[in-house]
Amino acid sequence: MWTWFHKLASPPYAYDVAGKCQPWFWWPSLILMAVSAYGGLVLAPPDYQQKDAFRIIYVHAPSAWMSLFVYSTMAIAAGVGLIWRIKLAHAFAAACAPIGVWFTGLALITGSVWGKPMWGTWWAWDPRLTSELILLFLYLGYLSLRSSFEDISRADRASAVLAVVGVVNVPIIHYSVIWWNSLHQGPSVTKTGAPTIDPSMLWPLFCMIVAFMLFFAAVMCDRLRAEILKRERSAKWLMKEVAVAHERDGVPNV
Amino acid sequence: MVQGLGEVAWTVVVRELKLTSRRWDQAVQPLVFFCVVTTLFPLATTSDLAELRHIAPGVLWVAAMLASLLALESLFRPDVDDGTMEQWVLSQQPLAWLLLAKTAVHWLVTGVPLVLISPLLATALGMAPEAWSTVIASLAIGTATLSVLGAVGAALTVSLRRGNMLMALLVLPLEMPVLIFGARAIEVASYGENPSSSLMLLTAVLLFSVSLGPFAMAQAMRIGIE
Amino acid sequence: MFEHFLAMGGYAAYVWSCYGITLFALIVIAMSGRAVYQRELNAARRRTLANQTNSAGLTA
Repeated sequence: MWTWFHKLASPPYAYDVAGKCQPWFWWPSLILMAVSAYGGLVLAPPDYQQKDAFRIIYVHAPSAWMSLFVYSTMAIAAGVGLIWRIKLAHAFAAACAPIGVWFTGLALITGSVWGKPMWGTWWAWDPRLTSELILLFLYLGYLSLRSSFEDISRADRASAVLAVVGVVNVPIIHYSVIWWNSLHQGPSVTKTGAPTIDPSMLWPLFCMIVAFMLFFAAVMCDRLRAEILKRERSAKWLMKEVAVAHERDGVPNV
Repeated sequence: MVQGLGEVAWTVVVRELKLTSRRWDQAVQPLVFFCVVTTLFPLATTSDLAELRHIAPGVLWVAAMLASLLALESLFRPDVDDGTMEQWVLSQQPLAWLLLAKTAVHWLVTGVPLVLISPLLATALGMAPEAWSTVIASLAIGTATLSVLGAVGAALTVSLRRGNMLMALLVLPLEMPVLIFGARAIEVASYGENPSSSLMLLTAVLLFSVSLGPFAMAQAMRIGIE
Repeated sequence: MFEHFLAMGGYAAYVWSCYGITLFALIVIAMSGRAVYQRELNAARRRTLANQTNSAGLTA
């Protein structure tokens, strides 16, 4: 098992594996999304308090989950790259970041739209939304730091330090925001977004989260391969791969 | 003969204090900035002390954060520019320890003056003298944490030409818990209640930052110096 | 029945806009991933062709 893991750390092998695995992530993801959407929009009964508006949870909660999951994954990959000096790990972290930004933005927007009918306002300093906003700032800082360095290797390592510092702070930030928010509202005001859950409401949520994770894996196959290509400048395997791509796309070989 | 940890820290401290004594403006500017920013808020909102009292803890804290960010420019850049930092990186001494010592002196010079003048500004914003001890405690612990977290950001951006804005953007989200606990402590004290839970949380964040921050600083500095 | 489904108990605008925005975002994430990969592949192509031409030129 360890030899396979070791092999995976080599960019050419990872590149190959990513290419082959991708369809196996795409199709299950799309099917599962359709199934979850059906379960959430049609099969699940309306919530007692929020009626049909609660159905937004089936897109909001998975997005929020993914925004945190991607950040943690990115930070772990960055840490691995920093400690064991594995270039592929840095490539992985770089590939994660833009996807994470999108999920965070999506969580904020869907959370905000959900807030309008529930709380009567487009924005509220609710602890979860505030934490998501701070997470967005962390992502944007990471991307900005990356793009400030011309040398990819330095960009990788500097942003890795930032990612590790950030991920260690995420629980602290989250706790402090919850604490801050709880001080300023009475117990009678329920600002929670999650309704009381009935099993028929629960399974579409878990399915949608799994679907989003598979989707993330599928898109990562593309982005990781792009990051590998960016970092492998003059390797022989690159020339072979490019030749293969030539044939596949019908471009005549020189 | 290789110096022990205590000796080398003392050497760094003495050096930093000597350098600061030649560059007084670096110590005074954050202080003046702190006062100026605090003054902006009454001008922007209201001159009524009863109303200012409500936002005073937040105003003091935000002004301190911004002053701390600007002061960080003078932390590492001069040494990187004249080659001293390269010597430190190459030396046999643990870089994290050296950088922590440097940050500590930087806090003494740029942070402590803010703490000392804060009761005056708190009064100017309508707060009662009973809250003074909490204002001082909160800002003392807080500015130390801000210095450590800011130093990590400064080390990350030290090699970038116009890295100051980026440093601020990197560091501010990380400083938000410090702001929450610190401002809350002062707020609670201004109501006459016991702020110790907030102050303890603030201290916990400081201890956490001081124990891990220097390693991040050292790693970032090594990458920046290359 | 279908009208009832579309109406979403009066919250139609909120629910459908959320699902619509999500679908849009997912499409953008997927397509930008593809585009980035293609772009890097083309750049790699150009680089290796340049290398081949260079080395060919040198040995010639």
